[in-house]
Amino acid sequence: MKKLALSDLNSLYSAINEKMKLYAPIDINGVVNYGEWDKDAVVNLNKMTVKSAKDAFFPQCEDLSNFKKDGKHIIVEQGELVKEDFVIFGVRACDVRAFHILDTVFLEGFLDTFYEARRKHGIVISLSCTKPEESCFCTTFGIDPAEPKGDVESYIRGDEIYFNAVTEKGNAFMAQFDSLFKNCDDKAVEASKKKTREVMSKLPLSGLSTEAFGGDKLDELFNRPEWQALSESCLGCGTCTYVCPTCQCYDVRDYKTNSGIKRFRCWDSCMRKDFTMMAHGTNRPSHMQRFRQRFMHKLVYHPANHNGEFSCVGCGRCVAKCPVSMNIVKVIKTLGGNK
Amino acid sequence: MSEIIKDELVPHVAKVISVRTDTNDVKTFGVVGIDDSIMFDHRPGQCAMVSIPGVGEAMFSITSSPTNTKFKEFSIKRCGILTEAIHQLEVGDEITVRGPYGKPFPVDDAFAKKNLLFIAGGIGIAPLRSVINYVRANRDNYGHVDVLYGARSSGDLVDYEEMTKEWANDKDFNVYVTIDRPEDSWGGHVGFVPAYLKELAFDNNRTAVICGPPIMIKFVLQGLIEMGFDKTQVYTTLELKMKCGIGKCGRCNIGSKFVCKDGPVFRCDEIDELPNEY
Amino acid sequence: MQGLELKLKKRVQELLDNGTIDAVIAWTKGDFVYDTTPAIFTKESGLDGFVYNSFCGANLSKYLVSQIVSDKKFAVILKPCDTYSMNQLITEHRVNRENIYIIGVGCSGHLDIEKIKNQGISGVTSVIDKDNNILINSIYGDATIEKASVLLSKCQSCKGSELKIADEVIGEGLETPKCDSRFDGVKQLEAMTAEQRFAFWKAELSKCIRCNACRNICPACTCRTCVFDNARSNVTAKANATEFEEKMFHIIRAFHVAGRCTDCGECSRVCPQGIPLHLLNRKFIKDINEFYGDYQAGEVAEQRNPLVNFTESDIEATVISDKEGK
Repeated sequence: MKKLALSDLNSLYSAINEKMKLYAPIDINGVVNYGEWDKDAVVNLNKMTVKSAKDAFFPQCEDLSNFKKDGKHIIVEQGELVKEDFVIFGVRACDVRAFHILDTVFLEGFLDTFYEARRKHGIVISLSCTKPEESCFCTTFGIDPAEPKGDVESYIRGDEIYFNAVTEKGNAFMAQFDSLFKNCDDKAVEASKKKTREVMSKLPLSGLSTEAFGGDKLDELFNRPEWQALSESCLGCGTCTYVCPTCQCYDVRDYKTNSGIKRFRCWDSCMRKDFTMMAHGTNRPSHMQRFRQRFMHKLVYHPANHNGEFSCVGCGRCVAKCPVSMNIVKVIKTLGGNK
Repeated sequence: MSEIIKDELVPHVAKVISVRTDTNDVKTFGVVGIDDSIMFDHRPGQCAMVSIPGVGEAMFSITSSPTNTKFKEFSIKRCGILTEAIHQLEVGDEITVRGPYGKPFPVDDAFAKKNLLFIAGGIGIAPLRSVINYVRANRDNYGHVDVLYGARSSGDLVDYEEMTKEWANDKDFNVYVTIDRPEDSWGGHVGFVPAYLKELAFDNNRTAVICGPPIMIKFVLQGLIEMGFDKTQVYTTLELKMKCGIGKCGRCNIGSKFVCKDGPVFRCDEIDELPNEY
Repeated sequence: MQGLELKLKKRVQELLDNGTIDAVIAWTKGDFVYDTTPAIFTKESGLDGFVYNSFCGANLSKYLVSQIVSDKKFAVILKPCDTYSMNQLITEHRVNRENIYIIGVGCSGHLDIEKIKNQGISGVTSVIDKDNNILINSIYGDATIEKASVLLSKCQSCKGSELKIADEVIGEGLETPKCDSRFDGVKQLEAMTAEQRFAFWKAELSKCIRCNACRNICPACTCRTCVFDNARSNVTAKANATEFEEKMFHIIRAFHVAGRCTDCGECSRVCPQGIPLHLLNRKFIKDINEFYGDYQAGEVAEQRNPLVNFTESDIEATVISDKEGK
């Protein structure tokens, strides 16, 4: 285990940045999001980011291909794959688990090479939670916020930050910056873990249970009358989807530019009206159906396809950000998930 | 050097080598790769993503049989933005294609040695034509074949020439054609497909394959059940909005299935296990 | 506040029981004090979970738009600022007034949980709104903060305690703590150079994630299909494919609601990225006031807004250009 004074973090950031791109939670007027670090950036490790860390591997918008026309001929160029290592710093346990969930979608079956390239080159430095929010419920999904995993785990204790490489990639990373760190034992970290776990057990959502959900629960849940009332509050915007670390539905669109045609993909939400719209109509015409789809996907369909794993990590972003406070916790509770 | 790894979402350039006008709103396009190759092998019932860059990309069933090793065919009905643009294509124009996608009909296992009954309505013949021509090319592997095909009017019948002049002349092969409403010059059967199916009163010693508008599929399936068919003997295809074709973008997700990769071919008892959102 | 909740609940129950209404659009309790959710209660569903507290800032009038086809009679609970939106929706025939029973509720300002958290308070378990102070309990300790500092931004420039339309009023005479002058923010922007202003909006709008929350909550955005959702429009609707897109969406939206926007402030309240979208709309309102005389959309129902109403005293195009060029 290695450590560093919190006041020296900036020198670590610059050292990393000299070698590769660094993404960290950056505070702009009180709004924190993962962004590219530069020397003027204000890193805020205390506040939940608005958007999750998924942009690092699955950005909101990316070019898949470019088309150029030469008379009748079409020339296709593949969008660029990430070729250089980068670091994403300060990722919480929930977001680290979300990377794993995205892996099961993008790396299994047909390989998504855009995602794969980013995953290959991305070094995840996670950060253990010390002050979970009341909206956190990661423990519901078996996540331990005190041991956030990733390539290197970090822990803030007092005015020091501790680092522990978890993977080979993490070891290689630590070796590169070894001169900046001091060696230490893990006593302080163990104390910090204990404290975090104590707080987690006291949180208001700690009793949330997924017992009523799972890959085999389609028949019990699909026609429940409660969906109607739940969906009536929902505005059908995409806030929950876009702040969610595991939502991965996307749209593919063409965009005419001055130099040809760009085909890009961007995040999409199954709650949007046009999500399933075809020339001859849509198979989910009602708002209730679209609302139900998002939660059924996370709590039933995804587990059915991925060994029972839910595609929610309890980060609480949708709880904090829904304009009308309708969220997965309310869905779980309404449909029978409270102990 | 740029990397040559091609992502599944990045399409290949293809060119149109033939355009056949089938009806007022259906055209069949022959397509090959820019090197005049067949581009990829497919199985009957599989689909491909066809695109005109700048307009859009959509999933279409490959209507040619795998036994056609020269080119692929797509029968496309004009009904939206992309299909309207596709209908403007002329021989020599370039498009993009990627595929093949989806689960094919079980032509070599569940269908083998069986009597086959194909029931199609309108453009629903497109995916079945691939199976039918595959069956014709491997005739000994199958029993008796019946094709029941209907459309709104005689002008809406797709593949009518091929059906009546080629298929109908095969051994152990019957073709029944019907149109919804009477027409002066029409000497054939008049009436909806489900009604004609009842008149024809097939026994249940056969495997049925249905494709057509949802309402037709519903009543045909009902008819087949009444005629003593089990749902495990009946296959159909589902059609939902698709963007990626590889089970990731989420559009064609119903229940735990993705129609683009787990379908479009489903056995009717499998469909019963899906939520009613198709 | 609790008194108000009891009064509202009792009255709504009466209205449901005596058949005046079939349903009510109000709020239902959440898991915390601040996550109240707009909800429809009916006689059958009962009023379980009915809540009215300091975190009921959402403007419920938009929920009536989708009920225009319903033959049910709905009660809706509207705060003074929400009543402007209701008048505007009536003016635009986007709601059926005959089927709406408006319960106006007095207001002393609603709270912004984000602002509370931005004061460094996390793990909030309870919030008590007492006079001009807010008492907060959290898993990490207690705190007392000044109410005015954690009001929703829209409440910090409150348009006043007067209900512009209501069938009955509950909790009359409440006042929101001292407010800023409404156009201060716009004046600051006007005082910038064009380059500074461009940089300001570029920084703000580049945060946009195109979730469309601002559009979907906006009581003036009632198009059946938004122009940005039109598949033939060649705009992307869901992502900022180019730098131009992120500005275009918000600027076009501001133009589209100009003259109809009542300045309810919901766009800024719901923005997950904290973009001060209301400033765009408020600039239009200020300009309209200056060009055509003071005008408040939704002041009364059935009034014509100056942008769709010609009068001989209207400002001439040349005068506008003189003004800009001065």
